[in-house]
Amino acid sequence: MSYEVLGLSALWFFLFAYLIIASIDFGAGFFAYYAKQTKKDHILNRLIARYLSPVWEITNVFFIFFYYGLAGFFPDAGYYYGSAMLIPGSIILVLIGIRGSFYAFENYGSRSSLLYTFLYGASGLLIPAAISTGLTISEGGFLREEGGSIHLRYTELLTNPFSWAVVFLAIVSVLYISANFLTYYANKAGDEPARKILRSYALFWSAPQIIASLTAFIAISRQNPEHYNNMLDLWWMFGLSVLFFLGAVYFMYKEKNYGLSFICVMLQFFFALLGYGIGHMPYILYDQIQVAADATLPEMGTALLLAFGGGLLMLIPSLILVMRMFLFDAEYVKGKK
Amino acid sequence: MFAYDSVILARMLTSMTLVFHIIFATIGVGVPLLISAAEYVGIRKRDPSYILLARRWTRGFVIIVAVGVVTGTAIGLQLFLLWPTFMQIAGHVISLPLFMETFAFFFEAIFLGAYIYTWDRFKGRYTHWYLSLPVIIGGGLSAVFITSVNAFMNTPQGFTLAGRTITSVEPLKAILNPATPSKVFHVLTSSYMTCGAILAALTAFFILKYGNNNYYKKALKLTMIVTLVFSIFTAIAGDTSAKFLASYQPEKLAAAEWHFETEKGADLILFGRLTDDNEIKGAIHLPKILSFLSFGDFNSEVTGLDKVDADLIPPLWIHYMFDLMVTLGAYSIMISMLFLVFMFWKKRDQYNKWLLRAIVVNAPFAMLALEFGWIFAEVGRQPWIMRGYLRVAEGAVSSPYVHYAFAMFLVLYVLLGTFVTLILVRLYKKNPIQKEWEQRFPDTLFGGDQR
Repeated sequence: MSYEVLGLSALWFFLFAYLIIASIDFGAGFFAYYAKQTKKDHILNRLIARYLSPVWEITNVFFIFFYYGLAGFFPDAGYYYGSAMLIPGSIILVLIGIRGSFYAFENYGSRSSLLYTFLYGASGLLIPAAISTGLTISEGGFLREEGGSIHLRYTELLTNPFSWAVVFLAIVSVLYISANFLTYYANKAGDEPARKILRSYALFWSAPQIIASLTAFIAISRQNPEHYNNMLDLWWMFGLSVLFFLGAVYFMYKEKNYGLSFICVMLQFFFALLGYGIGHMPYILYDQIQVAADATLPEMGTALLLAFGGGLLMLIPSLILVMRMFLFDAEYVKGKK
Repeated sequence: MFAYDSVILARMLTSMTLVFHIIFATIGVGVPLLISAAEYVGIRKRDPSYILLARRWTRGFVIIVAVGVVTGTAIGLQLFLLWPTFMQIAGHVISLPLFMETFAFFFEAIFLGAYIYTWDRFKGRYTHWYLSLPVIIGGGLSAVFITSVNAFMNTPQGFTLAGRTITSVEPLKAILNPATPSKVFHVLTSSYMTCGAILAALTAFFILKYGNNNYYKKALKLTMIVTLVFSIFTAIAGDTSAKFLASYQPEKLAAAEWHFETEKGADLILFGRLTDDNEIKGAIHLPKILSFLSFGDFNSEVTGLDKVDADLIPPLWIHYMFDLMVTLGAYSIMISMLFLVFMFWKKRDQYNKWLLRAIVVNAPFAMLALEFGWIFAEVGRQPWIMRGYLRVAEGAVSSPYVHYAFAMFLVLYVLLGTFVTLILVRLYKKNPIQKEWEQRFPDTLFGGDQR
């Protein structure tokens, strides 16, 4: 396998990891706010805080990894996105700024306020909506080259049904993934009342999630027929994705195997994102940036891969350590530590 | 009306983010060393007051790191949003350290998370303390990698450029460019020094406000030792940096020193001001010292601005930044030395009010010195963004919306700055040390005397 394909696979992996981890985090923020509004916060928020506290910084890093990696392996993609995304990118940063700091203020600053929770919850839905514009743009047709620099066609972006379908999918998926995971976590903590509420959230968001997925799938056919046809050739991947969706809903509905249910959710997104990504080939940004033609030089590509491998060797044991301390330590999860 | 200038606005926005981020980044790199030191001393001496100190510092530290994560994400992405052309070319060469910086930070974040939630969880006396080491290392390494990127902008190497296309790359050579060692040294030492100064100032402030006791005495001794040691190292690092500049970036040194004519036995010019005709007024001239500081030889030749193309001379006002940085750095050495001399020389009281006040102002001074130092480093590189290859104006984004981004971030930083201050004050007011001491050690009075 060539270095650029390996690099792209690593990037894909980061994107997938970010999608899952960040969704849990973003959705948890929204549920914390919603629970406060509906006076259920005494049931839910302790559980959510116990999960989020040790991991929230890690989420951010996956995002940075992704764009540094993208710009490292494909500097021209960094150039196109950098030039075009000034305003959406700044909005994302401001939202991440508000979210990260107000989370810390609420949790470590020992003060709880409805305003903080609101900022935290609202930004959790707006960030994925804003980030998803990056995926939208990659389908092509949203950039304009003028006087040697790249500009984003804002009107096109804001009036295009496809871009709204992606935003809708992003928000709904966040809530669906998060509710599923938190149900599993509540069950592990033996927190019966929280598990009940979260399970109802998970079931509630599953229908909109699959509808949004199908809508976005169909919307691609109008925006980018080439990509759509490639995806149709990979129909079995999307078929598997739907099967895992059904599995997740089944286990959730039957109130057993919450762990298996969440694994199904992860596999659902794994195959959907994989099919989407392979169908996207050979373009990173349609018509402009190609994987093989626009990759960085082999020396740099190899160096990045080596750094990536070395970094993983260091990180995976550390991550396992943290997970054993917090995520899978029954005593901690139950709140006894 | 002003013509719309996206280059100026891009520079303003980048400067604003950096000025704000540096505060949090410095604390993120430096404070873990002090926390770890306090916990270590506490374990060694079996003295719980040091451990309480480490705990209390950690609480504020976590909030500051959270804001640092946010501002760090901002500057990381702004590099691409505001300087796309620069990143397109340089990205081929320096994406490796950027990537590794993320790994280092990741490492730090994971262990910081583990550190703050496991105070009383382990049986081994040192187990919890070990978790602080990867936090220090991770923070230090992210400073190393990101500084190497900045160093690359000053002395780029490790690639060949044909037009706007990079045709070959040696990633390690780019990281290990001539500017990297002295810059890394200077960044790390000044971070530790500044954090020592900040925590010392807080302690001194509390002594002035609430009166002294053993707890504060221990804290002040520890922080002042760190401040002195790293102030001295920072001065040495500054000297290394000057020598580097003399050899590799002479126009920056010449502009900082108002050194117009290339000559042997060059004078060092301290303070003063420059008239419109580039005449130096009211400055102190130290004969031959610039030559000595540049090359270790009083008669060596120092390149002056006469050897530099007129359009490549950096703004001459960086001299003021340079002087302020050096003066404030010297102040830190002086004050911390005075404190320790008084401590060992029993005839003087190291806790006298004036010295404590001097220690309090040392914190803002040290942080300002750091800001001035960075302004000097960045403005002194002008007009280049990548010295010798790409000018700032060529690297910037061309967009009619930069002012919107500027306004958004201005509001964000004002908001964050205000809130983080309020939250920190409230955090410590709500749980004052006297109260926490009584809860933890009901048998002793605050400070350690038996009841």
